[in-house]
Amino acid sequence: MKRIIAVTAFVVLAAGIAVGWLRFATAAVPAGAEQVVHMTAKKFEYTPSQITLKKGVPVVLEITALDRDHGFKVPELGVRADLKSGQVTRVRIVPDRTGTFEFRCDVFCGSGHEDMSGEIVVVD
Amino acid sequence: MTKHLDRREFIQLAGLTTAGIAGVVFSSGLRGVSYAAARGKAEDFMFLQMSDLHWGFTGPAVNPDAEVTLDKAIAHVNALPRQPDFIAFTGDLTHTTDDPQERRKRLAHMRDAVAKLKVKAHHYLAGEHDASLDQGEAFKEFFGKTHYTFDHKGVHFVVLDNVSDPKGMLGDEQLEWLRADLKKRDKDAPIVVLTHRPLFDLAPDWDWTTADGAAAIEALMPYEYVTVFYGHIHQEHHQMTGHIPHHAAKGLMFALPAPHSVPKKLPIPWDAANPYQGLGFRSVQAKDGGDDYALTEWAVEKS
Repeated sequence: MKRIIAVTAFVVLAAGIAVGWLRFATAAVPAGAEQVVHMTAKKFEYTPSQITLKKGVPVVLEITALDRDHGFKVPELGVRADLKSGQVTRVRIVPDRTGTFEFRCDVFCGSGHEDMSGEIVVVD
Repeated sequence: MTKHLDRREFIQLAGLTTAGIAGVVFSSGLRGVSYAAARGKAEDFMFLQMSDLHWGFTGPAVNPDAEVTLDKAIAHVNALPRQPDFIAFTGDLTHTTDDPQERRKRLAHMRDAVAKLKVKAHHYLAGEHDASLDQGEAFKEFFGKTHYTFDHKGVHFVVLDNVSDPKGMLGDEQLEWLRADLKKRDKDAPIVVLTHRPLFDLAPDWDWTTADGAAAIEALMPYEYVTVFYGHIHQEHHQMTGHIPHHAAKGLMFALPAPHSVPKKLPIPWDAANPYQGLGFRSVQAKDGGDDYALTEWAVEKS
């Protein structure tokens, strides 16, 4: 009997912790709060080339590589992704500070490769 | 005339600003040669580093003499008082093109151009402009393998390819190959690494890095006498990672600004008052009997 009580108490406690965690998790990232920004990448430009984000608001960049493989790298935010030709790549960013951050292609794509860049502006 | 340049003469040359010599830097980077020489393993020798020739580049504001710059540099090399044992070309022999036929045409031109050098012993590296769009396929047709080793007078040279992968990586397979090669070396063996991109993070936001270069440096770190020569950044630059010196060479088509010295990395405009300023090639003197190892920076033209 004592054993049954102990097991029941453990299950109730575990369930309580789980619910509490879920509430915390939901509060931290409310459903539907993620902004989605659609982008394209092609030689030698991103469209749009400037994105304005709000500090603390998670965003998903959906980037379609139109012509060949490219890269997407934001060194200052520690973000990078391979953009495969013809595919949509989802890049999730949670901007944690304001400022202007350059992104650029880091997969060599031809004579204009070094000019293939843009910027993320994070505002309060 | 062949002239042997000893330490005293290098010191004298260091004071020169003309005679086609841009400057001399003493380096302890090849100290392993001296150590090995003392053990009778290495001998005195000199090699040249020529880098970033970018044949096919057009941009009159940056280099209105693009068609003849290489010929002038070759004439200068052929006129050097002491001819090198060999010449290492550290990448970007050609300027990139999307057209595979044009790429081969440019590579063929380079092959024929460098055949005019008196010294026929050449070691070639690819740059991203040569190799990144076709994973080095065309480059290999003209210049052979993109990573390999060779030995010269007691020094072990390792040529790394951090450009055939368009992400600017060495890749796991090449890193394993490097580790396996190093395992065969004594920890005090003199080793020179030739590469196109810097192996360390010089300026990652300017693409002056190798994505997995840290793994190569880690593999090299146990070896006491390692020196790295690279190109890519079109300027002279010297940096240490631990005990390993890394020396970047000037280019032979256009100069680039110092890392993060300007907001945007763009070629430095041509200065009509100082033509070919910022361009040149380098000689590396490895001499036994002390710390007399010198990098001499030579201008494009012999004045």
